[in-house]
Amino acid sequence: MAKQALKIISGEVVDAVSLSELCRSCDVHADWIIELVNEGILEPRGMTGAQWQFSAVCITRVRTAVRLQRDLGVNKEGIGLVLDLLDERAQLRQLLRQLEPSVVSDDEG
Amino acid sequence: MDFKDYYKTLGLARGATQDEIKSAYRKMARKYHPDVNKDAGAEGTFKEAGEAYEVLKDPEKRAAYDQLGANYQAGQNFNAPPDWDDGFEFSGGGYTQADQESFSDFFETLFGRAQTRGSAQQAGQTFHASGQDHHARITIDLKDAYEGATRTLSLHAPQVDADGHMHVRERSIRVKIPKGVTEGQHIRLAGQGTPGIGQGRAGDLYLEISFQEGSPYSVNVRDVYFDLPIAPWEAALGGKVKAPTPSGSVELKVPANARTGQKLRLKGRGIPGSPAGDLYAVLQIVVPPAKTDGDKELYQKMAREMDFNPRAAMGG
Repeated sequence: MAKQALKIISGEVVDAVSLSELCRSCDVHADWIIELVNEGILEPRGMTGAQWQFSAVCITRVRTAVRLQRDLGVNKEGIGLVLDLLDERAQLRQLLRQLEPSVVSDDEG
Repeated sequence: MDFKDYYKTLGLARGATQDEIKSAYRKMARKYHPDVNKDAGAEGTFKEAGEAYEVLKDPEKRAAYDQLGANYQAGQNFNAPPDWDDGFEFSGGGYTQADQESFSDFFETLFGRAQTRGSAQQAGQTFHASGQDHHARITIDLKDAYEGATRTLSLHAPQVDADGHMHVRERSIRVKIPKGVTEGQHIRLAGQGTPGIGQGRAGDLYLEISFQEGSPYSVNVRDVYFDLPIAPWEAALGGKVKAPTPSGSVELKVPANARTGQKLRLKGRGIPGSPAGDLYAVLQIVVPPAKTDGDKELYQKMAREMDFNPRAAMGG
């Protein structure tokens, strides 16, 4: 495939996906997604399964959930806990990065 | 091909019990799982442990490996002896749900590959299946989110050939990053996943957006924050200061008696979209060092003439 021949592909920005799109995208069964919703791990908008809209972040959450279950044998209750802790850790790390420069200058002064 | 010492990978002696193998693997898996451990080498270590466990947890594979492995050291050049697995039976390949695409050549030489979807078994039948969706992560600069961009990506995708073997195929695509994307969003590229089989439709490719770290800006959905350093007199007297922003330089009005940590909002100057995010300048008062005698004199004059005790609230 010649490099210069590469055509630019335009995608579609995904803000939210339906239950079936989420299942297909993450290669999981709807039953499992419904269990994650019942467990409070995913919070879709809309009342019934057919109307559910999952924010794009749910794609990442479900894929992480699949890996945690497959690789580490974590059950649903554990998946919820791990995902929440990972989110919290990411936020704290971001905060830490913002604080780090001022901590350094304190040491210098 | 190098010989792999699966016991060493898991930190075990050859005589380890099945329980010891399981707990050693579980411990490593928790520590090095790429969702948990973001260090560069973690994913590789995790995969190696997974491969080692795939062999050692299965008594059939373990017995065959033990018989073969006694004479080899890790890293030693290795060629599987002909008929090495004579007398061993691997029930159904013994594959579990582990991600076998990540296993090494060493593993494949010994234990082969699991049958994959769309393999030659189906030859002669009319078989249709949709291709799988793929996922990749793309790191962009904040500027790309403001202005849009095009990116060339190299993707490594497993592909099944006519004989049912898996190959990793590398391909490049050029993707348009639309203006206004933000962290956690996905770009869906229809038909760029695994090709369908028969008349099944091709899968899609999902690109997860994340922002480059180490930029002076931090992002919350579409709102963008950055620290704006100001001099004490700018803070005290207020006035206009020039500030660089991702969408060019702007003049900001600092209120009189501004404090460190105060946020100045620039409505609609965050990441574009509907609605666009806001841009926040977080004020940071920088105290000029007293370098010259003149500097010192100014500070001394302030100390004499200004009625100010920063520790008043502490009762100091």
